[in-house]
Amino acid sequence: MNERRAAILFLTPALAVILLFFLLPVGASLLLSLTDFDLYALADVHNIRLIAFRNYSDLLGNPLFWKALGNTMYFTVIGGPLTVIVSLATALLVNAKSARFKPLFRTVYFAPVVTTIVAVAVVWKYLYHPRYGLLDRALGLFGIAPIDWLGDPRWAMPAIILLAVWKNFGYNMIIFVAALQGIPEELYEAARIDGANGVQQFRHVTLPMLGPTFVFVGIITAIGYLQLFPEPYVMTRGGPVNSTLSVVMLMYEQGFRWWNMGFAAAVAFILFLFIGAATLLQLWVQRRRA
Amino acid sequence: MKAEGRERKAERNLSTGIISAFCFLLSAFVLNCTSRPAQQEHLKFWGLGHEGEVVARMLPEFTRRTGIRVDVQQIPWTAAHEKLLTAFVGDATPDLAQMGNTWIPEFVTIGALESLQPWLARSSIRQRDYFPGIWATNEVDNVVYGIPWYVDTRVLFYRSDLIAKPPRTWSEWIDVMQRLKQQRPDSYAILLPTNQWEEVTIMALANHATLLNPAGTEGAFRDPRFAEAFRFFIEIFRRGFAPPVANTQVANVYQGFAQGDFAMYLSGPWNVGEFRHRLPAGMQDKWATAPMPAPVASDWPGMSMAGGSSLVMFGASRKKEAAWKLIEFLSEPAQQVRFYELTRDLPAHRAAWRAPAVANDPPLAAFRVQLEHVAPLPRVPEWEQIATEIYHDGEATVRGQMTIPQALADLDRKADGILAKRRWVMARMRRR
Repeated sequence: MNERRAAILFLTPALAVILLFFLLPVGASLLLSLTDFDLYALADVHNIRLIAFRNYSDLLGNPLFWKALGNTMYFTVIGGPLTVIVSLATALLVNAKSARFKPLFRTVYFAPVVTTIVAVAVVWKYLYHPRYGLLDRALGLFGIAPIDWLGDPRWAMPAIILLAVWKNFGYNMIIFVAALQGIPEELYEAARIDGANGVQQFRHVTLPMLGPTFVFVGIITAIGYLQLFPEPYVMTRGGPVNSTLSVVMLMYEQGFRWWNMGFAAAVAFILFLFIGAATLLQLWVQRRRA
Repeated sequence: MKAEGRERKAERNLSTGIISAFCFLLSAFVLNCTSRPAQQEHLKFWGLGHEGEVVARMLPEFTRRTGIRVDVQQIPWTAAHEKLLTAFVGDATPDLAQMGNTWIPEFVTIGALESLQPWLARSSIRQRDYFPGIWATNEVDNVVYGIPWYVDTRVLFYRSDLIAKPPRTWSEWIDVMQRLKQQRPDSYAILLPTNQWEEVTIMALANHATLLNPAGTEGAFRDPRFAEAFRFFIEIFRRGFAPPVANTQVANVYQGFAQGDFAMYLSGPWNVGEFRHRLPAGMQDKWATAPMPAPVASDWPGMSMAGGSSLVMFGASRKKEAAWKLIEFLSEPAQQVRFYELTRDLPAHRAAWRAPAVANDPPLAAFRVQLEHVAPLPRVPEWEQIATEIYHDGEATVRGQMTIPQALADLDRKADGILAKRRWVMARMRRR
């Protein structure tokens, strides 16, 4: 009994923080999503009405929401796996026995993760510039006509994906490096004795041993990417023609630009459900494979 | 025992640390509060975009004259609306700000702005020095909340080598387009980007449409005045005079205009400078501006929309006296001319238009005529949302996905939906 009380005592600060800064706000925004809190509520709080699920039904009938959801899915489905593949590839390179200056490369690849997105965006805007940009200059060497990366609705999202992959792969890379170093050397020795070549070792030793890491990295990346916001916010403001409008961007516009707080809270909840579903799906796939 | 004692001591140290930190914060706060009145008047002014950048150069003169110092904070246009709203909610509004005049009704609704009526009663600023349509954008229920700072409207930019005499009526306009199309079948007569609501709305204003009902609680798009203008707008596309494209599909408007892909374009004062910069030298004597054509000759020039920015004071400001002095300073004709020279934004004060820099610039003459004939857009907070629906349905009609009666009914339905909350709030206020 005494032990239990002590446990509760030790847990209280953490639980209090979770209650205060997570559960209460979530509960409040759930309530908010059931009201028509908007500009008129700023004038007079009595202008708030409880409208049950009308925000949700309005949202599902709003073509802009589906556009934003489609864009977010495009970003996550293409950008997510790409980030994981790039981070695994760099982790293998950085971790290779023959690699030199390992700490230097690890730092260099990790650097984009810790730089601020706004500063990075300024540089990338120059890289993407159709007239002065380095990227189009490089393509020009191969005879490819300049692409207006951020001004063309077809290319804006790929441009954002490229930036996001570059910005985020370092974090996953560090996790992969740690996992790679945790694989016992004996397994590779045994594989070599069985006559496995490099590719076979990778397929039958490295990949299976990285299974749990893949799930972790996949979930973290998916959760992060479904909340796409800063990249389009600083690079394109959701344009051109809403081609980079993400769900969080829509929420921000509705909430802080037009002050439709009730509606924005509903957007947040739908996104919450999506992220929850995506996470469960990944866990389920992993459990079935195990 | 000893260990316990040490722990206690550490605890005590921690708590004294926390308490002293609190004391420090508290004293900083108190000091800050008490030192404020002793400080010199220090105004906080939010300027938007380029204007916010440039206005700082005009302020030393103001400080020299009045002893009031001004902190200009420059807010980019793209973030201005949310910054202003969150500042109001967070009780952090500046003393005064520049505000796009279409936003004024919204900020009046939430009670952020100071009524300027008492200040105007004893001031050098007089309503008769301003263009009536522009002044009206600053009024909500006959109370003035902003003083026009610079003005903006749309006029007709045209190729003077292809069009000898700019059209004055809608039928002349159609005749010009038809002639251009016959002479140059592969080109278009006019560019009206389908992802903009301004063009069709200006035509509706010229036809004296009100867009919403007088109370601003329901759409008035099936009203014959709007319907007729909408039909005129669609006809231009159906007869092939305008390409059915959004402006994102036009790679370069200036190049297109110079090549003669289209010979007319509705645009605002910023494009006077852009046309000078971006059109090739050989084109410079081949373009001109004209006031908007009207539905009938007796109505010329046709109404255009009243745009621009105003200077507003916030209700929460404690330095209104000083803020008003700054508004009066920036409204002086001499400062208006200087502001024009710095920004090329058209002056709001009529007297500034007599200055040589403004009066002797040929493309501005059309703006001078037009500015006497501008009308405010509906003064409701929901207007921007309704405006996007206008181009959505306009575009669908241009592309043949909707008939004209369908589009008009749909616009009324959507506007009524967007305005539902406003109807309820108005009804509630009446009941009380």
